[in-house]
Parts: sequence; C-alpha cells; structure tokens
Amino acid sequence: MSAGKTSKEKVIKQKFSMQLMWKQRYLLLMSVPFLIWLIVFKYIPLWGWTMAFQDVRPKTLALPFWQRPFVGFENFIKAFQDRIFGQVMLNTVGLSVLGIAVGTVMAILFALMLNEIRFVKFKKITQTISYLPHFVSWVVIASIAKMVLNDGGMLDTLLHTKLGLMSTNSPVFWVSVVLINTWKEVGWDAIVYLSAMAGIDSGLYEAAKVDGANRLQRIWHITLPGIKPTVVVLLIMGIGGALNVGMERQMLLSNGIVQDHAMVLSWFSYVRGIGNSNYGLGTAIGMFQSLVGIALLFVANKIAGLLGESKLI
Amino acid sequence: MANVKSNKIKSNDNILDYILLVVFIFLIIITVYPFLNVLAISLNDPIDTMRNINFVIPRKFTWSNYAYVFRENNLGQAFILSVARTLIGAGAGVICTAMLAYVLSRKDFYFNKLFTTLFVITMYVSGGLIPEYLLLMRDLKMGNNFLVYIIPGLIWVYNMILVRSFIEGLPLALQEAARVDGANDFIIWARIVLPLCKPVLATVALFYAVGQWNAFMDTYLYAKELPTLQYVLYEIMEKATVKIDPHSAEQVKNSVSPLSVRMAVTIVATVPILIVYPFLQKYFVGGMTVGAVKD
Repeated sequence: MSAGKTSKEKVIKQKFSMQLMWKQRYLLLMSVPFLIWLIVFKYIPLWGWTMAFQDVRPKTLALPFWQRPFVGFENFIKAFQDRIFGQVMLNTVGLSVLGIAVGTVMAILFALMLNEIRFVKFKKITQTISYLPHFVSWVVIASIAKMVLNDGGMLDTLLHTKLGLMSTNSPVFWVSVVLINTWKEVGWDAIVYLSAMAGIDSGLYEAAKVDGANRLQRIWHITLPGIKPTVVVLLIMGIGGALNVGMERQMLLSNGIVQDHAMVLSWFSYVRGIGNSNYGLGTAIGMFQSLVGIALLFVANKIAGLLGESKLI
Repeated sequence: MANVKSNKIKSNDNILDYILLVVFIFLIIITVYPFLNVLAISLNDPIDTMRNINFVIPRKFTWSNYAYVFRENNLGQAFILSVARTLIGAGAGVICTAMLAYVLSRKDFYFNKLFTTLFVITMYVSGGLIPEYLLLMRDLKMGNNFLVYIIPGLIWVYNMILVRSFIEGLPLALQEAARVDGANDFIIWARIVLPLCKPVLATVALFYAVGQWNAFMDTYLYAKELPTLQYVLYEIMEKATVKIDPHSAEQVKNSVSPLSVRMAVTIVATVPILIVYPFLQKYFVGGMTVGAVKD
C-alpha cells in the first residue's frame, strides 16, 4: 500500500524524456488521435474567429488568410447597427431569463414534490414518465406542440377558444416557448435537485420533527437551504449560457407569423453569415455571443462568491 | 397535550400526500396525453380525424397512414439512415470516449494536465456556427457525406469527464496486478478497465444514441441529401405550413391528410427511443448525479 503511494508521488514529478515517451507509448497512441481530432474540429473553428475582423464573402473566401481585406471592428459595428439587432438581443435575453426563472422554479418544485410523496411506486412511475419528453427530439416536440397549440389545435378545440399561443407576434410567443421547454425538461432537470435533497443529513429532519416542525416547515427550513449550493451552481451555469439560446428550438417552434419574436443570436448569426453569405459578419455575431457568455459566467461566479455562496470555478 | 399536537401535525401531513397525488396525476396526464393523442391520430382514419382531433383511442382504426408514409415519403431510407447513424455514432463514441477517459484518468501520463485542459476549454468556448460550417463544407468537403454525422461530434467532453471520474473511482490494485503480469496499457484498458465501466458506458451510450437519433441540425446544415427521420418529419411540417388543401383530389384519393401523415412520422421518429430509455433509467440517473463536472 505504502509502496504504491510513493510510486504515485514519484511519477507526478516526472521529467520529459524519450524513455518516458517510449514507456507511455500506448497511452500516447490512445490519446494523440483524439487530440488531433480536437484540434481539427474545435480549435481550427476558433482560429476562424479571425474572419470577424475581415471582409469575408464567397469571393474572398478562397484567398489565404493574410490576403483577405482587413476591416477592424467594422463587422461588429455592422451587427450592432443591424435593424433587427435590438429585437434579437431582447428575444435572446427575454427567453433566457424567463426560461431560467420558470425552469428552475418548476424543477425545484417538482423535485420537492417527488421528495415528499410517500407512495413509492407512484413516485417511480411519475418520475419515469417525466423523463419521456426529454428524450424526444425538438422536431417531434415541435410537431406535437403545433398540433396541440396551433390555432384550432387540440387545446383550442378542448377549451372552445382561440388562444393563439403560436400565432401571436409578441412576447406571448416567448411564454409559449418557455412553457414547452419546461414541459420537456422539468423531469430531467429535477434529477440533480433530487439527488441534492437525498444528500441532506436525515438527522436534521428527525431533530426538526422532535421540535414539532410540520412538513412544510421542514421543507422551508431544511430542504431548501440544503439544496442552495446546487441551485447556485446551476444558476451560474445558466447565466453563463444566457445568450446561447439554441437556434434549433427557435427555428422549429416558430413560423412566419411570429418570426420577429423568435429570432435569437445564434440564428441571426446563421441568417447573416450563411443566408446572406457574409461570413465575416456571421462570425462576428457568433464571437460576440461566445465572449459575452464567458464574461457573464465570470461575473455570475464572482457575485456568487461575494454573496458567500460556493463558486463554480 | 403534546400528543394532540403531534396528531394534528400528522393529519395535516397526510393531507399533503393526497394533494401531491392529485398534482402528480395531473402532471402525468399533461405529459402523456399529447403522445397518446398523436398515436391515436396516426392510427385513425384520416377523414374521420377531421371531425375532431381530441381522442386517445382510434375511432376508426387503420394502418393506412403508416403504409402511406413508408410508400410516399421514402421513410424506409430515412429510417435506415437514422438507425445507422445511431448505431455507428454511439458505438464509435463510446469506444473513443472510454479510451480517452482512461488515458486522462492516468495521473502518471506525462501530458495528462495539458490534454485535459485542452479538452475542457472547448466546453466553454467554441468557434461558433460559421467557422464550423466553412470547415466542414469547404475545407473538409464533408457535405452530404455520412461521416459528417459521425466524426465532428465523435466525443462529448462532458461524457468523457463522466467516464473519467468513474474510472478514477475504481480500485487501482487491479490495474497494478495486471501490470505486474506484463500487460501493456492498451491491454489493461481493454481487459480490466472496460468491463468494469459497464454502468457508466451504458449511460454514455444512451446519451450518444439519443443525441444521434434526435439530431436534426447537422442534416439541415450539411447533408440534406441524406435525410434522417427527424429531417423528413421537419420537411413534412414545413410543407404543412405552406397549407396543402386537405381536400385536394390527390389527398382524398389516397385517403390521407397532412395531419395523419405527420403524426405517423412523429410516432416512427419517437418510438425507438421510448422503448429503450425506461430500461436504462437506473444508469442515467446514477450517471447524472455521480458526474459532477468540476475541473
């Protein structure tokens, strides 16, 4: 046992040598191909960020990097001055904030209910069913959502009204998207909170019972504080991803009528970059999205630290 | 006095149980009803469906919608493509993820820190859609090539970290014993580590398989000539928004409506996943909770 420990300590401080490389040749063979894969498919696109500072169109695309016209921050300025940029930002942030708020609250509520219910079999069935929509593709969800929520769809015929949830060109469409998203993911998202609840010391509950606390009081004073660190970490991650609203979901759930309130940054980047063949502009939008995301992540992390919460990084 | 108080608490607590029961039944209904409704419409006579779409048991049972979509929408080919990318993508993904995860679990590997950092960075920063699009379509010429479904998304770093932390939790003694017997690192991985990793590999396989089966954007962006089930369903939805007249001569002759066609394809695109996931539940719930992504 102690021999193993010392050998472990020794190998951590190893120096580079050809002998060591030969000794670890199998490890190298088992990892270097994936490193090459990583560089080609993840790091070369990062190098592509240089296009954000160039005028890159189909004409100039074939030129080598140094011969393309360099335009400084012109692409970024063009993006910010785009007539729909403001609306796109509003949609992206609105959908994110609404999605994080509703999604988190619902997932915690659902996890709390699962944690509390005492009918074990029933709990298991509910849980299994709650995962179902998570495993289904967005295309299928969109197909079902349109059947249910479109004008004259299932919900309309059921309630004998015209709700117009998928055909109102206003933030009503955000609400529809967020509700559909919550319906899809609430069961899955609850898993993490449920496991955090399972990790709470059961002695605390016993003590509270002895002190005469009822179930709601126990939830309020023990369960919720117990999962707070998990909530904070997930919120930090959520804020970091606030601008990364997926183009796939937006594209599939929307239609011509609600287009103005469906367009988000990633989709905007695609439309300007590929649709209008202005690769430099599209890249600039994508880069803006990515950098602001990282900045938000650090800010949220910092704030969590200042408030005395556990930090992510 | 104390007794009375605790009894009161108990009865209040039991009321909560029944409230929860009712809430859960409601949740189950709103989750399952749409799916049952879709299934019923797909199995119902399309003309009859036009009367009223709210039902969960077919009123006039028929297989004709399924026969129609396999005949007219080239669904057979799409089905084969979807199955192929799921099997190949998940198989290759699991093997490659497990191999990389093993190497990066080896603290004595000289490049461990460097490689791990390089992989983790890509979880937070990515080049974005346009550079990726140009790389795949222009530089690598992978457009409309089956490999575009497999290779660019071969390894998910999140999955790799899941497997790595599982391997780190295994007793080292087994590996040491094999090394003493003269096994090299590859043999140790293949013979010792892999068999022990079955639970986490089942989780990861499910994640890859679901991702592959459900993928739509890569077909839309890179391979419209290789339509998968998801893409075919998307095309049918798009056509429906162009408003095909449900009473047009051809439609009536074939006795289908766009809605029944769409619902039939929706079911074909959903069912395989739904058959698989309940059986893997214990694995993915474990995988979700064990794998704290922290590095």
